[in-house]
Amino acid sequence: MKIHEFQSKELLSRHRVLVPPGAVAADMAVVRQIIARADTFPLVVKAQVLAGGRGQGGGVRVCANREQALAAAADILGMRLVTAQTGAEGQLVNRILLEQGVAIEQEFYLSLLVDRATATITFLASAVGGMAIEELAASRPEMLVRVAVDPLAGLQGFHLRQLAFGLELPPELHREFGALCRNLYHCFTSLDCLLLEINPLVLTSRESGQALAGQVLGRGTGVGAAKPGSGPRSGATEEDSGPAPRFVALDAKLEFDDNALFRHPELPELRDPDEESEPERRAREAGLNYIGLNGNIASMVNGAGLAMATMDLIKQAGGEPANFLDVGGGASAEMVAEGLRIILQDPRVEAVLINIFGGILRCDLLAQGVVEAARHTAVKVPLIVRLEGTNVEQGRQILNDAGLDLTFAADLGEVSRAVAALTAGKQDAGAANKQEAMTGQAAGNPVASPTSPASPVAGAVNRHRERRP
Amino acid sequence: MSIFVNGDTRVVVQGITGREGQFHSRHCREYGTRVVAGVTPGKGGLEQDGVPVFNTVGGAVKATGADCSLIFVPPPFAAEAIMEAAEAGVGLIVAVTEGIPVHDMLRVKAFLASRPVRLIGPNCPGLITPGQCKVGIMPGAIHAPGGPIGVVSRSGTLTYEVVWQLSRAGLGQSSCVGIGGDPVQGTSFIDCLAAFEADPETDGVVLVGEIGGSAEEEAARYIATHMRKPVVAFIAGLTAPPGRRMGHAGAIVSGTSGSAAGKVAALREHGVQVVEELAGLGGFCARFFDK
Repeated sequence: MKIHEFQSKELLSRHRVLVPPGAVAADMAVVRQIIARADTFPLVVKAQVLAGGRGQGGGVRVCANREQALAAAADILGMRLVTAQTGAEGQLVNRILLEQGVAIEQEFYLSLLVDRATATITFLASAVGGMAIEELAASRPEMLVRVAVDPLAGLQGFHLRQLAFGLELPPELHREFGALCRNLYHCFTSLDCLLLEINPLVLTSRESGQALAGQVLGRGTGVGAAKPGSGPRSGATEEDSGPAPRFVALDAKLEFDDNALFRHPELPELRDPDEESEPERRAREAGLNYIGLNGNIASMVNGAGLAMATMDLIKQAGGEPANFLDVGGGASAEMVAEGLRIILQDPRVEAVLINIFGGILRCDLLAQGVVEAARHTAVKVPLIVRLEGTNVEQGRQILNDAGLDLTFAADLGEVSRAVAALTAGKQDAGAANKQEAMTGQAAGNPVASPTSPASPVAGAVNRHRERRP
Repeated sequence: MSIFVNGDTRVVVQGITGREGQFHSRHCREYGTRVVAGVTPGKGGLEQDGVPVFNTVGGAVKATGADCSLIFVPPPFAAEAIMEAAEAGVGLIVAVTEGIPVHDMLRVKAFLASRPVRLIGPNCPGLITPGQCKVGIMPGAIHAPGGPIGVVSRSGTLTYEVVWQLSRAGLGQSSCVGIGGDPVQGTSFIDCLAAFEADPETDGVVLVGEIGGSAEEEAARYIATHMRKPVVAFIAGLTAPPGRRMGHAGAIVSGTSGSAAGKVAALREHGVQVVEELAGLGGFCARFFDK
């Protein structure tokens, strides 16, 4: 689960990380109030969308005065922001963050992540800030400092020294930088993060740092809401009587482990409903893994690997996958029914492919779900069904008895040919009929045995129609 | 021969009285697996389908000589269940549980590193040596005993599909291992490839990978430098959009890394046969391994 920059900064400031003062707005009335109150310029207007690369897409503007800020806010709020990560259609900007500008002496990259290869929590840091990490790793690998932390022993002083010396920080900054890294590590582990990225982390001037630390501001997570007294904003304010803080998180990105949300009931409340499509929300609430895509052939599969492979098969057969839908191993008939209803809602869908290899999920239960969904939702597109595994005969029987108009495929070869026929059928409307003539199957005939090495009619899909009187 | 489990393996099931634990323990026993004990804290002394239940894994191991643990414990308690099994001295732990927090798994993996134990999973279907021993949730009937093919996969049902095709094509399996779809796993592709290379009953290996991470790329390098037996690979997720987690916690293309196309290219570069169309995998293997 990802959250917005303004939410990430709110959480970081609770972990005593210094962030620029700012406020969030979702409409121009609030924008005008915030700008009217602002007395320090420049003011930075930042689009709040989850995609990266906002700067290049025109989603971040530095404004020297109130007029510029108003104009920038009017431009950005409601725009469709196109970045390298959004796709061509872009992402609607529903919220902007208006933030006080910070004097920048030096920019850094700093992140924490769960590193799969070493199975550790790893710091990545670089004295080259503001560049995407993939780019940085490719173009300046020698500038990347990597420090892995043993998950059992936890963060040690030498890790902090490896980072500080690796970045060639002057000694007078080591203490503050070490405290910052400790705070970030604590945030990372206590919230079950997958990624915590500050890019850029900036070193600001002594005066600017002093001024920032002196401002006690609340940043609400709600729209334009200021929550007074939501905690200290700095890692080095009242308690530390040391020198002014110099490190400021100018950007912040947090991603949480979905599997750990059960122990952080406060985090799902940060989910932005606008970042999730209606079918994706429905699927999540039903306990299904669904991702909407732009294609014309929908699929419902049990198991993530098989679901991906089924999408690939659709593409290879000439179609475009309309979605990823994994109903999982422990699905109930109701979950299957909801899954089918969700994919049938997409108006771009021209056919639905159900590919189930029953293991834990029994085929009879799957079939009950399909029948249940078909009872309440008009199925206007062709259904291709491939069932295999546990209770396959009962499953087929249930589908047969329900009198659904569907095509059974005995194996993935037949699935592939059925998809190809449908796709070709867009140019050749007679394809389906031809297929039916080829199979010569009359109503009520037994369907192809799934274990038979070849289907009764070689190379053809066994289109099975059953009509009720 | 086989890898990791055989007819002598003695299994203790952690979470045996839960819905899934009951169901799959029964199926494992029907397949011929020696399920010698179950563990459910507070239910020690009872029996589940004739299998004695213990309060602790240590107690179960002491009383029954179990050497392998199969875990169906819910995610919030699964990490400690794995550590308990390791402390009890079993040599093999199979964690079926899906949804264990990755921070928990980081600690588990570090904990296991200093102990003589192999973890398979989590978030996996388990493993099977057809005809001898099934320690997991896969449908036993689709497998064909006796080798000569070893199967290793990050997926569940996709593995069933692959195994089913192999069996239909007349290729039996020595062992099939589902290493799981999580980003942090106990056993890697390379661990399984090394075991299959050393197993006299295995003549070739089918590797089933998917998007996310770099395990397939590492496997490709290992195959090129350490294996004499031929390997056929299939990679799922050529059409997966970047930045989206595709069901498995570990299945995500981040930027340009972890893509299926990159994995296919790395495998081919290291001389591994890659089949791109899943429907033809069994047929291809029949021709390829027959040589």
